[in-house]
Amino acid sequence: MFDWRWDFTFEILPRLLLATVNTLMAAGAGYAIAVVLGLVLALAQRTPYRALTYAVRELVEFIRSTPLVLQIFFVFYVGPQFGIRLAPWTAGMIAIGLHYAAYLSEVYRGGLESVPKGQWEASLALNLSPARTYFRIIIPQALPPSLAGMGNYLVGIFKDTPMLSVIGVAELMHTANAIGSESYRFLEPYTLVGVIFLAISLPTAALIRVFEAWVRRQLGMS
Amino acid sequence: MSYLEFLAEFGPRFVDGSVVTAMQTVLAAALAIAIAVAMGLMRLSRSVPVRWFATVYIEIFRGTSLLVQLYWIFFVLPLFGISLEKFTAGFVAVGMNLGAYGAELVRGAILSVPKGQWEAALALNMSPAKRMIRVIFPQAFLNMLPPWGNLLIELLKGTALVSLISVADLMFESKQINSTTFLSAQAFGTALVIYYVMSRFVITPFMRWLERVMARKMGRA
Repeated sequence: MFDWRWDFTFEILPRLLLATVNTLMAAGAGYAIAVVLGLVLALAQRTPYRALTYAVRELVEFIRSTPLVLQIFFVFYVGPQFGIRLAPWTAGMIAIGLHYAAYLSEVYRGGLESVPKGQWEASLALNLSPARTYFRIIIPQALPPSLAGMGNYLVGIFKDTPMLSVIGVAELMHTANAIGSESYRFLEPYTLVGVIFLAISLPTAALIRVFEAWVRRQLGMS
Repeated sequence: MSYLEFLAEFGPRFVDGSVVTAMQTVLAAALAIAIAVAMGLMRLSRSVPVRWFATVYIEIFRGTSLLVQLYWIFFVLPLFGISLEKFTAGFVAVGMNLGAYGAELVRGAILSVPKGQWEAALALNMSPAKRMIRVIFPQAFLNMLPPWGNLLIELLKGTALVSLISVADLMFESKQINSTTFLSAQAFGTALVIYYVMSRFVITPFMRWLERVMARKMGRA
């Protein structure tokens, strides 16, 4: 095809694959933050304190309706203005973790709301503590309806990691940019980045669907 | 420098940037809707090659990142003789990406139209095109409006990436202001608030209004 150079492709492939490890680490770390923080944001909206519910709702809306790349810049540059220096990795993980926590909190909220009210009443009647009610009764039932959304955002966070390149996190896109500006060849690095993303995101999406079906079967829900 | 002085000095640049962002959003949305309808219908085609083409398009654009697609369109396409100006490359990339997501919404909405509607249109001897245009699509359109609201917000957010190929949008202006003044909280904070206002107080109310109007037109208000 046109000007495609295979020797160059094989020369840069190891470098790109090494950067892929960084991309996967960034996605994994960001997702871990998002999964935990998202649950906090979802539960914070279920307390009896109206003001807290309202404040968290607005925060989630704000994070969801503004661009991630701008949030990354914000977290990275605002710290130093007040004397807090964040490494690109730290700033990137905070920004991407917070962004996806907002999305995941919506997924959890939907899952929690799908649990019938009778389950709460039954737990109350059985004199279960609130913690026990959540962990033994509510969350196991809220999980399966949340899994599809959680899986989508796992793939989503992976596909958003290239934005971390703007503050210099050495992930896949950053490496492709570096190769491009060293060699003045953009065709191979950018195409390879696309192929690597496809090669990871398509099987992952398929695996998530299999996993979701498996969990539903385990819990006797289908 | 107080925040008011900051706004007085840089306000016009935020306005310029917002106008470019709005233009990118409208153009990208038009392209995304056209692609979504075309690909969504092609996914339901009876012809295998047509269905395959749409599936491959959707999987490629949903399986890779918008940023990768944007760079590919801007830096690699010229090697194939297709040079797009940065402004055009920007909204084309965003539109093509979100169009792939929209295609699945179109497909789902069309499939959600009750089977009886298809059968009734067949019984009335409507041609397939007429059946789709007059009976199926209007009902599907109403069903897919709520998820399209979310998709348009994603699209607005996606346009922020065009700043990385130097389109002078809101994101780009705020980055420039940050690098000359080092007032990061003000520069990026203001841009964040403008994006928030655009999605929460422009796109969302517009979509709600459109849903109401369409529901009335379909006699479902």
